[in-house]
Amino acid sequence: MATFSIENIELKGVTCCVPAQIENNYDLDMSTQDIEKLIKSTGIKQRRIATEDVCTSDLSVEAAEDLIKNLEWNKNDIEILVFVSQTPDYVLPVTSTIIQNKLSLPKSTIAFDVPLGCSGYTYGLSIIASMMKSIGLKKGLLLAGDTISKMVSKKDKSTLPLFGDASSATALEFDASSEGIKFDLGSDGSGANSIIVKDGGYRNVINSKSFEMESISDGIERNSNQLVLNGMDVFSFGISQAPKTVNKLLKKFEIDKDLIDYFIFHQANMMMNKFIEKKLKLSSEKVLYSLDEFGNTSSASIPITLVSHLNKQPILKDTNLLLCGFGVGLSWGAAQLNIKKDFKYSLIEK
Amino acid sequence: MKNFLDLLTEDVFEETERGEINKDTIFVDLDEWDSLTALSLIAMIDHEYDVKITGDEINSAKTLEDIFDVIQTKKA
Repeated sequence: MATFSIENIELKGVTCCVPAQIENNYDLDMSTQDIEKLIKSTGIKQRRIATEDVCTSDLSVEAAEDLIKNLEWNKNDIEILVFVSQTPDYVLPVTSTIIQNKLSLPKSTIAFDVPLGCSGYTYGLSIIASMMKSIGLKKGLLLAGDTISKMVSKKDKSTLPLFGDASSATALEFDASSEGIKFDLGSDGSGANSIIVKDGGYRNVINSKSFEMESISDGIERNSNQLVLNGMDVFSFGISQAPKTVNKLLKKFEIDKDLIDYFIFHQANMMMNKFIEKKLKLSSEKVLYSLDEFGNTSSASIPITLVSHLNKQPILKDTNLLLCGFGVGLSWGAAQLNIKKDFKYSLIEK
Repeated sequence: MKNFLDLLTEDVFEETERGEINKDTIFVDLDEWDSLTALSLIAMIDHEYDVKITGDEINSAKTLEDIFDVIQTKKA
């Protein structure tokens, strides 16, 4: 039953913030032939990598400041802040309160973290929109991003070439004239091991063994404090679940696929996304990508793809978007919404 | 089975000679086999047979016939 509509909440703007440092996949320690094959299949040419002293929260604060400025919002009007990330500053406290303080938002602001990844943007929109609608809040900020490079082994060719760092800030506002946002959300924890960092939580408390490097196969060496990605299972999940959630949303609300201006899927792998596109019979000019420039940026991948597109092709009319995130959890969420001509967007570097 | 082998040659092992693709082929030994070819295999099986095959099922299979058997079992 997780297919629902939240009326009167509208997206007013998005700012994405990426680290300035670029890591190029052509520079990987692999044969030229393998690199070309990897780039052809994943679509990822380069990624942004945060320096050691930069956390997801730092990118998020920069993004939020820029967005607040662009929208000419008064900070005192912001009533809710949700931080979606799997790379918080600390085990505790939550990062959202630290961000609330750094942004000098009022103490009356509701602030909490949501530790989702690939599905985090659409889930995050649903959480903030639902709370705003149900308790009557006027303005809210959704911050979504990750610095996954910090949990990836430099000796793991199954993860290193894929992940980039980025964060995003999205402004949501109550608007009586807005149709709002429609959602379909779901989860399947039977696939929890498909994308996992095994140590560091309380199932496997971090210990000296957590840092012992283990050779998994040719080109894959990592420790149990680093990211494991079972590419085959995730691919199999993605090509089956993403079309299902999109179709469920379209069917439930009788949305004509042709009336959607752009489809934005979580950016994980070009081959997977092209297959999803084909399965849903979408015309390729309607499906947006940013994989080549930024790779997989977790919960920031949907907003970064939107902003990259708008930077190339400015918004001229009200635009109907269908967003779909899927991955770690396993977890997925699709959302349909409209952005208006006065939508503010920017992409900045830190 | 023949149809399955034809599909493998067309969509998965595009650079391998058709003659090298038979039911007893140990696919991990093919030059073309790698983690990316595995994704093509998963996609082809999803598209042609509407079957979701897992990484474990591929890793447990030895020959192409083993993969075909997984599809048949899941289809049944």
